Amino acid sequence: MATHNAVFPRELEDEAIYIIREVAAQFEKPVLLFSGGKDSITLVRLAYKAFYPGKIPFPLLHVDTGHNFEETIQFRDELVEELGLELIVRYVQDSIDQQKVVEETGKYASRNVLQTVTLLDAIEEFGFDACIGGARRDEEKARAKERIFSVRNDFGEWDAKKQRPELFDMLNGKINLGENVRVFPISNWTELDVWNYIREEQLAIPSIYYSHERETFERDGQILPYSPFMNMSEDESVSTRMVRFRTVGDMTCTAAVESTAVAIDDIIAEILSATVSERGARIDDKRSEAAMEKRKQSGYF
Amino acid sequence: MDVLKIATAGSVDDGKSTLIGRLLFETNSITTDKLEAIMASSKKKGLDYVDLSLLTDGLIAEREQGITIDVAHIYFSTPTRKFIIADTPGHFEYTRNMVTGASNANVSMILVDARNGVVEQTFRHFYISCLLRIPNVVVCVNKMDLVDYDQTKFEEIKSAFMAFAEKVRFPEQEISFIPVSSLYGENLVHQSAHMPWYEGVSLLSLLEAIPLEQHLSEEVSRFPVQYVVRPKSEEFHDYRAYAGKVASGLLRKGERVVVLPSGQETTIAKIEKFGREIEAAQAKESISLLLQDDVDISRGDMIVPISQLPQQSRQLAATICWMDKKPLRVGGSYLLQHGVNTSRAKVSALSNLIDVVTLGADSAVSELKLNEIADVQLKTAKEVFYDSFTENRANGAFILIDEQTNSTVGVGLIK
Repeated sequence: MATHNAVFPRELEDEAIYIIREVAAQFEKPVLLFSGGKDSITLVRLAYKAFYPGKIPFPLLHVDTGHNFEETIQFRDELVEELGLELIVRYVQDSIDQQKVVEETGKYASRNVLQTVTLLDAIEEFGFDACIGGARRDEEKARAKERIFSVRNDFGEWDAKKQRPELFDMLNGKINLGENVRVFPISNWTELDVWNYIREEQLAIPSIYYSHERETFERDGQILPYSPFMNMSEDESVSTRMVRFRTVGDMTCTAAVESTAVAIDDIIAEILSATVSERGARIDDKRSEAAMEKRKQSGYF
Repeated sequence: MDVLKIATAGSVDDGKSTLIGRLLFETNSITTDKLEAIMASSKKKGLDYVDLSLLTDGLIAEREQGITIDVAHIYFSTPTRKFIIADTPGHFEYTRNMVTGASNANVSMILVDARNGVVEQTFRHFYISCLLRIPNVVVCVNKMDLVDYDQTKFEEIKSAFMAFAEKVRFPEQEISFIPVSSLYGENLVHQSAHMPWYEGVSLLSLLEAIPLEQHLSEEVSRFPVQYVVRPKSEEFHDYRAYAGKVASGLLRKGERVVVLPSGQETTIAKIEKFGREIEAAQAKESISLLLQDDVDISRGDMIVPISQLPQQSRQLAATICWMDKKPLRVGGSYLLQHGVNTSRAKVSALSNLIDVVTLGADSAVSELKLNEIADVQLKTAKEVFYDSFTENRANGAFILIDEQTNSTVGVGLIK
């Protein structure tokens, strides 16, 4: 709503770069979790700046649910190519085929929860000790409690009651064998800060963030993108709308908003006047009041 | 656009969560979906009002018990400033969380229930604000509606608070008092019509006007080396830069500096900020330094102007707040992290266990338990390059890490 700051507070960039450099210095095998969304695009930019003119000293990991927006995958590959990054992709479909997870059924079926298993397997496969993620504390109330260096046990679990105190700007990355740390450099950014940063840095973002024509249908008062992965009930019907997305997640759990925004400035104006939070468009959070906390406990990032 | 960090602390009943909820509400920082969610939860709990504390108590355990356990971070902004609130619990058993939330704050916001006046917790919050040298303290005397907006009541609380404050405050610390009613939004964003006797500004106006720590750049310059950038690419074959965040002061291109611990002197050839060259860098900026001479430098070293040497020693005297269930004992050995530098450290003496309410100190101390504060003497394996915390917050603090659990178990403020 009327949070009217039109300028990005540069202090946040200095802080995020400090955090990213701490990761490279304190850990043996860090990785950056990349979804193709605006927050992870921002992270890549910050990592690029942190080590310039050196290369980003860690790879990107994309956990692919298979239910992607095509535009995001194309964007991802172009970004990796342009910056000369190393990209690792692991597929939820493989976890399903290996019978490690079972596909959800019913009309709310989504692979959002399943991707945790694929992520934890990838962490184990490569021995990653730090995973940099684009989560922000303003997104959700359980995330508001999250540390910048968040230690997970060897099952990837988050224990909210056992969090390490973080004092001043000192980050303690010491861990026991098998544990890993989730690192959140943009913890203190809001959605608006991210957009102002993207504008000021002139970053490219996937086209689905801008208004476009799309086949959609309505469910529970929200507009969902039509796709073959979507289990629709009989009374739901597809129609074409001008929409854009505020977050980029698994296609089955990311709702669209009706929009005419064709430029960053339009998006920022929309956010300023929006009355629903960005995660309001995430069906995964609506499952219960503690949906996020419960997912985080089991290893979700 | 600048950022103001506020630490709040309070107990279950003093209306802190409601006050924060109100601030968010009045600055239009709550979206309707979040509001609807807490309206539904309030109803489910059988309340006949909207419990705004549900916005900030983000954990299942907190909602169950109706208390704040861990620090929550809350964000809102006005046209001129971004605000970050670190909302911390007020109970003694969560002193460590309070210290954590307050460690980065520019402002400490203390709530007092107008009916109860100054209580033990008020003293604790204020003491910690002083210990951490938070430059601004704002005392919100809340629930004024329940004492008929009585000025005498407000003045009484103010006097009681100041009587204690004068004993612990430091001279530069600003202390302000505001009579508020968070339930009715009195004096939060707009001036209250019920309290014409109050001549000050509303809470939000006060927070917007608080000056940030400009003096940071006037302090001695400290640059801890965080990471060495060596691209070894064809284009940047001989490039070598020292990346880090300026802890305090100002660094200028062309300045003569000394590298610690080696003691070698050189000149700052270039200051780069992500590839862009700049003439000077100030406190909190993440930059890279390129030096004139080939000097052996690694992470944890410190670069300072030749005329501004820090203290250097293997013996440290500090005030410690203990944060672990396993107590600190004389003879105990820990990993000490000072900025980005680490060293083994051994506790050689413990004294002056502080009672933050009576301000009494117990000189005979055998161990320091969770949430307790005392003076400690440490011996470190490596030399530490520090300033006293009272002179330079950015280079005068450290944490202690338990090498068995790897957890952060204490914070120290160097004398």
